[in-house]
Amino acid sequence: MNLRGVAVSPGVGQGPSYVLSVSVPEPPEGATYVGEAEDEKARAMAALTQIAGELEARGNQAGGEAEEILKAQALMAEDPGLVVKVRSLIDRGLAAPRAVFEAFTKYRDVLAGSGGYLGERAADLHDIRDRVIAVLYGQSMPAMPAPSEEPYVLVAKDLAPADTALLSRGQVAAFVTEEGGPTSHTAILARAMGVPAVVACPGATAIPSGVEVMVDGTTGEVRVRPEPDAAAEVRAAETRRTALSFAKGPGRTADGQRMLLLANVGSPADLEAAVAAEAEGVGLYRTEFLYLDRTAPPSQEEQRRAYRQALRAFPGGRVVVRTLDGGADKPLAFLPAPAEPNPALGLRGLRLYRAHPEVMAAQLDALAAVAEDGLQVLAPMVTTAQDAAWFVRACRERGLRSAGVMIEVPAAALRARDLLAQADFASIGTNDMSQYAFAADRQLGVMSPLHDPWQPALLDLVAMTAEAGVRSGKPIGVCGEAAADPALACVLTGLGLCSLSMAPAALPAVRAGLAAHTVEQCRTAAEAARAQPTAADARAAARAHLPGLATLGL
Amino acid sequence: MGERKVTVAAEVGLHARPAATFVQRAKQASMDIAVAKLNGGDPVNGKSILAIMALDVRQGETVVISAEGDGSEEVLDELAAIAAAP
Repeated sequence: MNLRGVAVSPGVGQGPSYVLSVSVPEPPEGATYVGEAEDEKARAMAALTQIAGELEARGNQAGGEAEEILKAQALMAEDPGLVVKVRSLIDRGLAAPRAVFEAFTKYRDVLAGSGGYLGERAADLHDIRDRVIAVLYGQSMPAMPAPSEEPYVLVAKDLAPADTALLSRGQVAAFVTEEGGPTSHTAILARAMGVPAVVACPGATAIPSGVEVMVDGTTGEVRVRPEPDAAAEVRAAETRRTALSFAKGPGRTADGQRMLLLANVGSPADLEAAVAAEAEGVGLYRTEFLYLDRTAPPSQEEQRRAYRQALRAFPGGRVVVRTLDGGADKPLAFLPAPAEPNPALGLRGLRLYRAHPEVMAAQLDALAAVAEDGLQVLAPMVTTAQDAAWFVRACRERGLRSAGVMIEVPAAALRARDLLAQADFASIGTNDMSQYAFAADRQLGVMSPLHDPWQPALLDLVAMTAEAGVRSGKPIGVCGEAAADPALACVLTGLGLCSLSMAPAALPAVRAGLAAHTVEQCRTAAEAARAQPTAADARAAARAHLPGLATLGL
Repeated sequence: MGERKVTVAAEVGLHARPAATFVQRAKQASMDIAVAKLNGGDPVNGKSILAIMALDVRQGETVVISAEGDGSEEVLDELAAIAAAP
């Protein structure tokens, strides 16, 4: 049986389950007492004071974060508003347990109604209430299991700080609760203790007591009676993640050469993932999402909002916005294209733009309106130096300071020098470059061996473009699939490229791979790859010079 | 009647630790302590942690703390400092 909840404290824990079931019955509605009201009130006050004292004492014993939480709970047990409410309910004839129950419920409802952090505090009140009622009924609260040799997985509907505060790392392998959220006390204390925890895990209390349970506090997975090697497998995956996570921040080689690591972004929704993956900016902001599936082009305001969103996601960073890349496999409803026998060789990218200057004017105007220092504008499918000059001029007229060209047509790679005389930077699109260099349709599965980014001919075209960049002093990046392969990323670094842009998910592996090698190793790997006759040989030759990849499990 | 207007600086707002510290101090005072949101609703008992939590004061919001009587100025200064602490 596998369950899934919300992972709130990382790590993997395994052990026999200990299912904690607390059940304090609800005092019957309308329950009354015999005797004097004052005596009943005194009974209630004594129970409240006793629990406040116990919470305070456990807090003192636990120290740290748990102490603060428990002392706040002690204040709740003796809250003056609550006390007044209990007293008045007893005056109205309710028995002490019922009065306590109703008074707590009233406050609980107020807090629960607020949701979020306050809502989770409502669960705390529940626990204090049950403890007070248990005292009034002369019932004892369930104790934690006696410390045993083997740490157990503590399973409960919800855990109260009073339960968990005195547990230690050696006793508990993991926590699983059916309720609770990321700011619940279970989560806070588990993190403080360094014990894996999964909360909001439906079905958790149905786990039989004593069976083996494995808890992955990183993914939220809870496996009941796991396979014998499950924990080892999960730990290996975690070790890899940990190894990769050591490389942080801006991209650099082991000897400190910078390589900008950027994210490819297809819509504003991807920005969050790019930021989370610590991208240094957006290397390719595809703007087609603004245009596809619509009968009219997007308004200025809509465009500006989308561009501004990207710039705001990376304050001080770089955002490369690629202008509309329509045509071929991305037909546009509001710009019906004439039927073409070979759309990939037809009116697409910048060519389509030239045919519809009003669409280009609108997009560049919107970009100019939001322009900041980090904004760079990139034209797709640029073939000749004239193309480049035309696009750069259109950008300059609007005050757009950085205008670049995509190099994805072999003719442009061969004459990169001429294109770079016009443009401020260039970005190599390796996917289309393969399609055109190998005369192999990207859409045809049967052609896929030709689209291997390790094809030596593709590496030559990239190398040629990179060299033109180094000579002209203009930065060249790569924004195709090739950049997402950690080994190829090292090769591209060795070829002299300045930035790599990829899907956010690929960033950690590429960052770690780069950090494990020197520029010299990257150069040697690049030379070795280019010396080979086939893609498979090129890959093997490069990897032979990049020993750090295997160590990282890449 | 003495009054302090304080903007709550703590990230958690007037909840958790700041709320507990505030109430612990308020409970030591002999006079009544009232807390209200600026321009927002009736004041609540500053000695009640549940009332303070239910007030739901978030980071950046301003509260008005008031008290009257002997030594109230000193109590108000201390409570204001607690509420304003980051």
